[in-house]
Amino acid sequence: MSEQLHSLDATALHLSDAELAEIDAEIAHAPYRSAVAIDALKIVQSHRRWVSDESLEALAAYLEMPAAELEGIATFYNLIFRQPVGENVILVCNSVSCWIKGCEGIRAAISRQLGIEPGQTTADGRFTLLPITCLGACDKAPVMMVGEHKFEDVTVERIPAILEHGEGATPG
Amino acid sequence: MSELPLTRNVRPDLSPTGIKAYEANGGYQGLRRAMAGLSPADCLQVVKDSKLRGRGGAGFPTGMKWSFVPMDNVSPGHKYLICNADEMEPGTFKDRLLLECDPHQLIEGMILAAYTIGADVAYIFIRAEYLKAARLLREAIEEAKAKHYLGRDILGSGYSLAMYVHASAGRYICGEETALISSLEGKRANPRAKPPFPQVSGLWGRPTIVNNVETLCNIPHIIERGPEWFGSLGLGEDAGTKLFGVSGRVSNPGCWEMPMGTTIREILEDKAGGMAAGYQLRGFLPGGGSTDFLVEEHLDLPMEYESIGKAGSRMGTGTMIVLDDQTCPVGFVKNLIEFFAQESCGFCTPCRDGLPWNAQVLDDIEQGRGKPEDLDTLEQHVGYIGAIGNTHCALAPGAMEPLQSALKYFREDFQRHIDDGACPYRGAH
Amino acid sequence: MPVIKVDGQEYEVPAGGNLLETCLEQGLDLPYFCWHPAMGSIGACRQCAVVQYQNEEDTRGRIVMACMTPVSDGAIFDLSGDRAAGFRRTVVESLMVDHPHDCPVCAEGGECHLQDMTVMTGHRDRHYRGTKKTYRNQYLGPLIHHEMNRCITCYRCTRYYRDYAGGTDLSAQAAHDHVYFGRHKEGTLESPFAGNLVEVCPTGVFTDKSLVHDYTRKWDLQSAPSVCTGCGVGCNTLPGERYGRLKRIHNRYHAEVNGYFLCDRGRFGGNHVNRAERIDFPARRDADGRFQALTDQALGELLTELCAGKRLAAIGSPRAGVEANLLLQTLVGPERFASGMDDTEHALVDRALRHLVNSGAHNPSLRDIESADSVLVLGEDLTHTAARTALALRQSVRNEAYTLAAELKLSPWQDAAVRNLAQDRRSPLHVVCAGSTDLDDIAAGHYRLVADDQARLAAAIATAIADSQTGDAAAQRIAADLLAAERPLIISGTGAGSAALIDGAAAIAEALVARGKAAMLSFTAPECNSLGQALLCRDSHTSLAALAQSDADVLIILENDLLQRLAAEEIDQLRQRIPTWIGIDSLENDTLARCDLILPAAAFTETEATYISQEGRAQRAFPVHPPAQARRPGWRWVVELAAAVDHPDLAGIHHFDDIAAALAVDDPVLQGAAAAAPDHAFRSRGLKIPRQPHRYSGRTAMGADVSVHEPRQSDDADSALAYTMEGAASTDRPGALLSYVWSPGWNSNQSLHKFQSDIGGALRGGSAGQRLLDGLSLAKLPPAPAPSAFGRRDQQWLLQTHHHLFGSDELSRLSDGIAELCGRAALYLHPEDAGRLGLEQGDGAEVAGQALEVRLDASQVPGSAGFSTGYPETLALRAGHWVEIGVAAHWQRAPELIGSDREATA
Repeated sequence: MSEQLHSLDATALHLSDAELAEIDAEIAHAPYRSAVAIDALKIVQSHRRWVSDESLEALAAYLEMPAAELEGIATFYNLIFRQPVGENVILVCNSVSCWIKGCEGIRAAISRQLGIEPGQTTADGRFTLLPITCLGACDKAPVMMVGEHKFEDVTVERIPAILEHGEGATPG
Repeated sequence: MSELPLTRNVRPDLSPTGIKAYEANGGYQGLRRAMAGLSPADCLQVVKDSKLRGRGGAGFPTGMKWSFVPMDNVSPGHKYLICNADEMEPGTFKDRLLLECDPHQLIEGMILAAYTIGADVAYIFIRAEYLKAARLLREAIEEAKAKHYLGRDILGSGYSLAMYVHASAGRYICGEETALISSLEGKRANPRAKPPFPQVSGLWGRPTIVNNVETLCNIPHIIERGPEWFGSLGLGEDAGTKLFGVSGRVSNPGCWEMPMGTTIREILEDKAGGMAAGYQLRGFLPGGGSTDFLVEEHLDLPMEYESIGKAGSRMGTGTMIVLDDQTCPVGFVKNLIEFFAQESCGFCTPCRDGLPWNAQVLDDIEQGRGKPEDLDTLEQHVGYIGAIGNTHCALAPGAMEPLQSALKYFREDFQRHIDDGACPYRGAH
Repeated sequence: MPVIKVDGQEYEVPAGGNLLETCLEQGLDLPYFCWHPAMGSIGACRQCAVVQYQNEEDTRGRIVMACMTPVSDGAIFDLSGDRAAGFRRTVVESLMVDHPHDCPVCAEGGECHLQDMTVMTGHRDRHYRGTKKTYRNQYLGPLIHHEMNRCITCYRCTRYYRDYAGGTDLSAQAAHDHVYFGRHKEGTLESPFAGNLVEVCPTGVFTDKSLVHDYTRKWDLQSAPSVCTGCGVGCNTLPGERYGRLKRIHNRYHAEVNGYFLCDRGRFGGNHVNRAERIDFPARRDADGRFQALTDQALGELLTELCAGKRLAAIGSPRAGVEANLLLQTLVGPERFASGMDDTEHALVDRALRHLVNSGAHNPSLRDIESADSVLVLGEDLTHTAARTALALRQSVRNEAYTLAAELKLSPWQDAAVRNLAQDRRSPLHVVCAGSTDLDDIAAGHYRLVADDQARLAAAIATAIADSQTGDAAAQRIAADLLAAERPLIISGTGAGSAALIDGAAAIAEALVARGKAAMLSFTAPECNSLGQALLCRDSHTSLAALAQSDADVLIILENDLLQRLAAEEIDQLRQRIPTWIGIDSLENDTLARCDLILPAAAFTETEATYISQEGRAQRAFPVHPPAQARRPGWRWVVELAAAVDHPDLAGIHHFDDIAAALAVDDPVLQGAAAAAPDHAFRSRGLKIPRQPHRYSGRTAMGADVSVHEPRQSDDADSALAYTMEGAASTDRPGALLSYVWSPGWNSNQSLHKFQSDIGGALRGGSAGQRLLDGLSLAKLPPAPAPSAFGRRDQQWLLQTHHHLFGSDELSRLSDGIAELCGRAALYLHPEDAGRLGLEQGDGAEVAGQALEVRLDASQVPGSAGFSTGYPETLALRAGHWVEIGVAAHWQRAPELIGSDREATA
């Protein structure tokens, strides 16, 4: 209705300079601000691990789009986290090639080791376990990612070393 | 052995090829040739003549797709070229190889494609988890810009092109070209009804071409070497080479460039080393998770669009998933249907609500709770969901392909689950 | 016209449509969910599947979605064959997989499109054995109830809310079979058109909260065609009643006016009729100032005592119908009859009326407004002064998209494709107003000026149209956009309170006409019958000021709270001048409190009346139920008063139609008003038209707690409608008598297509109402004085109106739900001005002795101040007056923000 004090102040307070700079770089080659919604969500998430309500509202204001619309976008995609996640997100591929090669056992081994089920975060906040669709490395199944690292030909025996020291990692 | 242009820069250790090595190996010659004297119409004709077909799964002739882009420039504004690098089809890992090992090949192909259709902006839409590939592409774009292969006034030709990498936030449906466009616009990735086709109304309502990574990687070679050469690469009907892959319980899973028309047996036995010790072949999906099962009798078919189609499946992405004798076909299909149900965008009813229903039925069967009439339910859904046009996009019909062919080839497995009230493969692995 | 073949039968059909609407138009039942006649096709639900054959030889065919398939000559379809029907059955069964089957307790039950379509497809036995999903519902404010478990994910809600109505706070969330339609956070839905979700949703996800909480089965509602009394637009409504209570208001389709949609003031603003403060009996004020109820006999005697042989004067009402006002004017004579608007407002409406008649531009219906390809709005925040017009403008800006689509041979009904193609390209809309408006988001330009400067800009635009070299950049740009259009439209109105602005709007339209443009000119009117009052008084208007000088003994006040228009001192003066007051109204108010005799008026749901809309369209509202207690329609009370004084002209009036017969003889306007609906003698197939659907239940028992004897059904001698379920409820009954829509198999409002000549077209029985201004001749007024440019003052602020859809209207603000959303009366100040005054957001400002809540508003012109119009605290404030602003003493800051900014508390 009226042009009341815009929430840009809140935006400036909430989003960091580094985040704003990265978002601005995307906006620079977009036809309108809200076109970078997905990039911006990912940028915020890369800085904060997840997108909180406050972040989402600040971002919506910064992109000059309704928060409801940004919520609709954020919740559409698998890898935008609207709930807190741990320092390391474990993505265990559960698609068919990895399933043939025993990804369910891998997943169970991780759950046993960390005491969390898919969707949960360890009490110390180090790990969140999530299933993921085919990671595109089916010749090296089973495959998983921890953070930005990819692990191929994973065996149940390798799980402790992978989780403890990222042993055998390749870039994602 | 015939030429394998797509992977000529792929090193045994899979390390990326930088711009110097790429150029040294003949890279950017196609671009130089085009900028020096080929008009967009010339390029289009070459690509049309090459009979290149899309490598993303549908196999649509690339030149024909490009020819639908209006070239009259009557309506001013941008045109867009988009590379679909959202490789998320289960069992598919071919584009990753091209992206990680030879990013400049893709970039050169994109510049040429963009030039042909008169696009001034190009995007690479890459799946979220391909972090290394996205980084390499961003670096490669900067390298290409520094060499005036990209940016303003490319190689003095007067043609300009901007190129950006957009990393997805993760949704299989983004691989559908109109859903990809929705996503690139920063929206929910709902596919769009056609017509209008993206060639006339795509990204931001402007003419847009979306091509798969592998398709675009062929372009520099076609422009440089010509359609006849490209045609000669194939062994039969289809032109060029193709990346074929095999996953599952084979001795040597992997991905290899081979001529179009190579037989399935050659790929499975020569390259993949046959079945792993102690396993027998029961069937395979020839081109990713949304293609129909083929079985042993089809091993000597050439991997060609036509022949695979005649056998009742599709070449799809050309990456096979092998079903062995100790893996439950019901579980195999259930895994796929659950994947597709999870990855439905939620727009149309048969996909959004029909796939989870199928997943539930398959789960019941697999868990030993199946009833005889469940097979009728599955057959019915296959009939109604499985036809292109019955749903908003091709996701759900694709999802039905492995199910319908599993019901055909492995029906006794389904029946045994129901009769025994248990999965006979339980404990097999 | 193309010929298509469906199930072996040939049909000649209109070109350009899709197969679904074509089938429906041909009377073929084809189920659907996501398609909506006003919103077109997206192909999401896949429910309207049919089989299409390439040619006569094709025996296989393929399934296509009818809503996405253009009809073309020679096309062959199979609608009822096993394959298509089987597919449709599977689709419904898939949709029902998670549906809660809570129909017995669902507010949609019995009027549910999902129920109808489920039955239509033949789905009965459930095969799915899995569990159902459950969702968490959201609090969406006091008007709309949310029940997501019922959702079938047709996307109609967000398409309507966001794409059609421009709302921003409802979205589709999540994906696959978890898609959720809701807000980002709980809270009141912000769109002033949110209520249409109740009718747009094909099942019970969005329901009318007042109905949910005061529930009646849809088939137990008695309803009658009515007209919204919330503003001057004249939307057609269908109020539903049970047990003497208004339960809900639905849209009543009118092709030229409101189409399929209402605003929320109209939909939710009627239940003031249920308030405990309703007047039930005639009462006289005794010596102690207390009111004592009167028996019929005592009333008769009192009327004679008060009126016989006395000089009567009257104040009419712009919220009462033509008939009551006409009777009253006849009873007291034109020289002692005031229209009931304040003198400024009357002058503005009269001026607008004369321009509508004389400008040479077309006076558009809302449908015409939707067709405009360039629009200029002058001085109105239309979303708050004539909301449905604003919704029409949201469609008009899409004409650019349709033009672009036509180049690609896309039909307008290909909704998603057209939107994806056009993106944010819109036809030009320019908005000139005292501050920001709720159409700014789609405006090509907005110009914030005080009313006088708005009028100056309007004059400059008119000049620039005549000669493009003149005028400043804004005037030139607006002029160019109007001149470039095929169908330019100018909208202004009384909202800004400026006669010069109304003249300026007309001057622009005239300049466009002079340049050969098919221009349109429209003015908003403040109330449902403001234009009727201006027409009634077009030859002899008596101002309230003149009335105060009259020699009358008795003042009759018809449905008018004078405090809404006059200062208390002015009312006191009037009271001193005319010693006896008789008040006719439905709800207690301060004017009635000053009367010697009060007569209980029937509310809009209980009386027949003709209202003349801003377009000059006379439309008839019928009583939904007979008035309870001793309430009577206003016109009947005037007849009683006439009897008390033996008025010769009014002696023969016993029924509603007698009014026109006696008084409209020589007056084309009154004759037109009389022709707004068929008269009481009209019969359809020899029968009256029922107000109750044939499923109406409990008729013999609903009063059993009072008396076990079944009462006779009330007679309605005044109209062709009957308070029964018996009669002729045919689909071709006149639009003015459309008491409900229902058709076999179609229990929801989607049955409407059975009543239309074509989808989105006129009703088969003819559109309701009569346009009165076409061909009318009225004298022009001399131009209003040209205003001088605004110059700010040091210690004073120029007041400008600030209208609120929820709050600025006298009666709707007393309705439950809306009352919660009105918030406090506010003063809108530019932040710099507020700073100078030492005021901050939420502080209290004192203006003319009233404390108002300060809202900082950067769109306010510095030196001016906007005030919430129509609030009890602001009734004394007048636009264009200079006021001093102070800091209010003892101000308590509100814990929450107004209406749209409220967050959930429930």
